Amino acid sequence: MNILIDAVSWIALVTGGLLMVTSALGMVRLPNLFTRLHAGSLADTGGVGLILLGLILQTEPGLNTLKLLLIGFVLFLTTPAASHAVGHAALLGGLSPDSGDADDSQSTNS
Amino acid sequence: MFVTVTALLVASMAITLVRVVRGPTPYDRILGVNVHGTMTVLLIAVTGYLTDRPDFLDLSIAYALLNFVGTLAALKYFRFGHLGDEP
Amino acid sequence: MGRMISLAVVLLCVWFVLSGSTDPFLLASGVVSVLLVVIIAHRMGMIDEEGFPIQLLGRVVLYLPWLVCQIALANLAVARTILAPSMKIDSGSAWVPASQKTPVGLVVFANSITLTPGTVSLSVLEDRIHVHALSRKSLEDLHQGEMDRRVSAVEGRR
Repeated sequence: MNILIDAVSWIALVTGGLLMVTSALGMVRLPNLFTRLHAGSLADTGGVGLILLGLILQTEPGLNTLKLLLIGFVLFLTTPAASHAVGHAALLGGLSPDSGDADDSQSTNS
Repeated sequence: MFVTVTALLVASMAITLVRVVRGPTPYDRILGVNVHGTMTVLLIAVTGYLTDRPDFLDLSIAYALLNFVGTLAALKYFRFGHLGDEP
Repeated sequence: MGRMISLAVVLLCVWFVLSGSTDPFLLASGVVSVLLVVIIAHRMGMIDEEGFPIQLLGRVVLYLPWLVCQIALANLAVARTILAPSMKIDSGSAWVPASQKTPVGLVVFANSITLTPGTVSLSVLEDRIHVHALSRKSLEDLHQGEMDRRVSAVEGRR
């Protein structure tokens, strides 16, 4: 039983870490700001959820479990608001969300 | 196994910094810092397990809250040039 | 009044989880701080169905499993898009109708959209939300309105 829990938490931790790397790669590879927002939310949901799940399975049930759940709850509420704020500010700042997969690495607007 | 996760998290944070440095728009940089901060929250929590000191979870909670406020403050300052009432 | 008591209970639980101590002095200072916070929040008029929407708790718990499934599926789709060797994406944005009646319901809907990887809400109006999506298919899914219906069910009918 213990081995089973260990295996599940190990899988969750490593998958979460790999999702984090995927999200970071997306931050670099995707062509413009609005598509990069999606890469960010990959880390905010999948990565955070899986790593926290893995940590919870590694913890004796108790206060630390509740603290991990509290971290998850706080991130769950705040990260979409932060993504929305960045997207909304970029929209107000004049970036066009309909530029498709146009690459903005050539433009030099600071 | 916590070493593996720590390595993956540090790697992804390093890759995210590429986007922060390259820009090109300020929004890209703020988004990069925000994602970097989310990864930092988890890195702090995992570090607590790595060194067997669960007190790190409290720092993690504090950082999660600060990260959100920091992102909003940076965006607001960039947009309006001040953080409170008009000077 | 009930809302104030439930806020106090929630805050006391948070205090206990964060301190983790049963020392009488710490518990007493916790009670004092919680009372101060509740009184100040009450004087600021923050404890209403918008500032502390505890009335949604039961229905949100029913909504969450579906949302988590959607998030997991969307995670896979976005990860595949990022890792695909050819960067072929057809991103786009559109206005999605939102049928929620209350600001809290609207916030839940916009947050659900943003929380699902592949879709981000860019601006929120009273009856519609500007959504940017990594693939146009997820925009169509949003137009089908299943998430909208479920969030409206969370909000409840009055």
